[in-house]
Amino acid sequence: MAETQTLREWLLTETPTSRRHAKMSALYQGWLSFRSNTMAMIGLGILVALVVVAAGAPLIAPHDPFVQELSNRLAPLGAEGHILGTDSLGRDILSRLIYGARITLYIVALVALIAPIAGLLVGTVSGYVGGWTDTVLMRITDIFLAFPRLVLALAFVAALGAGIENAVLAISLTAWPPYARIARAETLTIRSSDYISAIKLQGAGALRIITKHIWPLCISSLIVRVTLDMAGIILAAAGLGFLGLGAQPPSPEWGAMISEGRRFILDHWWVATMPGLAIFTVSLAFNLLGDGLRDVLDPKAGE
Amino acid sequence: MSMLTVQDLNVWFGSNRDRVDAVIGASFEIPRGESFGLVGESGSGKSTILRAITGLAPDWSGAITVDGQQIGKARPKTFFKTVQMVFQDPYASLHPRHSVDQVLGETLHLHGFKDIDSRVVKLLDDVGLGQKFRFRYPHQLSGGQRQRVAIARALAPEPALLLLDEPTSALDVSVQAEILNLLADLRADRGLTYLMVSHDLSVVGHMCDRLAVMKDGEIVEVLDVAALRAMEAAHPYSKQLLEASV
Repeated sequence: MAETQTLREWLLTETPTSRRHAKMSALYQGWLSFRSNTMAMIGLGILVALVVVAAGAPLIAPHDPFVQELSNRLAPLGAEGHILGTDSLGRDILSRLIYGARITLYIVALVALIAPIAGLLVGTVSGYVGGWTDTVLMRITDIFLAFPRLVLALAFVAALGAGIENAVLAISLTAWPPYARIARAETLTIRSSDYISAIKLQGAGALRIITKHIWPLCISSLIVRVTLDMAGIILAAAGLGFLGLGAQPPSPEWGAMISEGRRFILDHWWVATMPGLAIFTVSLAFNLLGDGLRDVLDPKAGE
Repeated sequence: MSMLTVQDLNVWFGSNRDRVDAVIGASFEIPRGESFGLVGESGSGKSTILRAITGLAPDWSGAITVDGQQIGKARPKTFFKTVQMVFQDPYASLHPRHSVDQVLGETLHLHGFKDIDSRVVKLLDDVGLGQKFRFRYPHQLSGGQRQRVAIARALAPEPALLLLDEPTSALDVSVQAEILNLLADLRADRGLTYLMVSHDLSVVGHMCDRLAVMKDGEIVEVLDVAALRAMEAAHPYSKQLLEASV
C-alpha cells in the first residue's frame, strides 16, 4: 500500500524530473479524468470485454462456429447446449457471435487506421499549403462526400469483388472525406496563429510544422470523431454483409448473420436478433467511449 | 556598424482592388547595440514592419539589410540565428500542446545545438523561471511566465537583434514592469539590439534610445529619447501623441 501511494504521488507531482516522468504524469492525469466519467468507463469495459472475447474465441466458444447440425436447426433460446439457440443450419449462434467479434474488430481496426490517417493527411496539407493544392484536394473530397456512403461502398465492392478486405477498403474510401474536412478546418484556424509564426521564425519547414505542430492539435478531435463514427462503420460493414457484398458465408460476420436470419424473422426471431443486439451493444460502447474521450482530449477543456 | 537598415520599405496586403498599403516608404537605421522604438496608434503599421523583416508578411518592396547582409524574399537559416521575435500575446504564441521543454528543445534542435538539456536549463534560469517550470504546459503558466518562455525561445539561437512586438501590452501593470526589466537586463548582459514596437510612450521612453513615430503607414518623425522627455517633437502628430500621453 505504501508503495502504491508513493507511485501515485510520483505520478501526480507538480514538478516532474524528466521527460518520461512528465509524460507518464500527463497520461495518468488524463486517465483520472477519464475514469471519473462513468458512461465512458462502461463503454471502455464493453470494448475491453469484446477484445478479450475475440482473442480467446477458441477457448470461450462452446461449439465450433462452422459445424452444422441439421437435426437441431433453429433451436430456440436456452435450448440444451445452445444458450442463444441455433441458426438455419444448426450452428450455435453464441459461438458464431464470439467468432464474429474477431471479424468486427478486424474491420473496425483497419478502417480506424486507414480513414482518419488519409483524412488527416489530405486535410492538413490542403489547409496548410492552400492555393491550388487546397482547391484540388477539396474538390476531390467534395466528390466523395456527394455520394451516399453505403451506395459508394456498394459500387466499390461491386467493382473490386465481394469479400471482407474489399469491404474494409470500400468503407475506408467513403469514410475519409469528413476527416479531411475537419482536419482542414482546424488547420485553417491553427496556421495563422502566433505559435506557428514563432516556429517558422526558427526556420522550421512545412513538413515539420504540419506533423509536429498541426497534427497534435487535430488528432484529438479526429480521435473523438473516429470513436463516434465507429458505430456507423460497424453498421456499414454489417450492411454490406447483409447485402451479401461483405463477409461471405460461412464466415460468422454479424451483418451476414442478420441477413441469414431475416428469412425466419417472424417464426424464429432470435436468429436475427442476437447478432443485432451484438452490433447495437458494440456501437453503443464506441459512442460512450467517444463522448468520454472528447472530455479528456479536448484542448479547450484543459484550460 | 548598423545592425538593421530599412530603406524605403513598402508592405501591402491583397492585390488589385483589395490592396491595402500597410507601410509606405519607411526608412530607418539601428546601430548595433541600440534600442529603437516604433510608436503609433493601432493600425499604423508598426507590427507590419516587424513581420516584413521576419518574412511573415510576404508582400513587400524596398531594401532590408541585417548585419550587413541584404535580405531577399527567402530567408536563409542563418538569418533566424541573427534575428528573433517576441510576439505580443503570450497566450497565443505558445503551442497549447507543447510543454516548455518541448518548445525550447525543438527551437534548439532546429538551430543545430547539441547540448540541448543543459541549454534548456540555462535559458530558463536566464529568464528567471527556473527548473520547476520545465515540464509545464502553457495553460499551467501565468501570462508573465508565458512571456518569459517566449523570450527564452527567442534567446535560444543567441540572436543579435530582437524584435519585440508590444511584448507587455497583454500583461497587467506589475508584470509589465518585471518583463521590461528582464528585457533591459538581457540587453545589458548580451549586448543585444532591440527593435521595439509599442503604443505606450512611457514604455518606449524607459526602454529605448531612439524612436520613430508612425502614422497611417508612414514614419513621420525619428527622435531620440531626450527629445521625447523634453517634449520636443517637430511634427504636429508627434506633438499631439506626446501631449496625449502626459
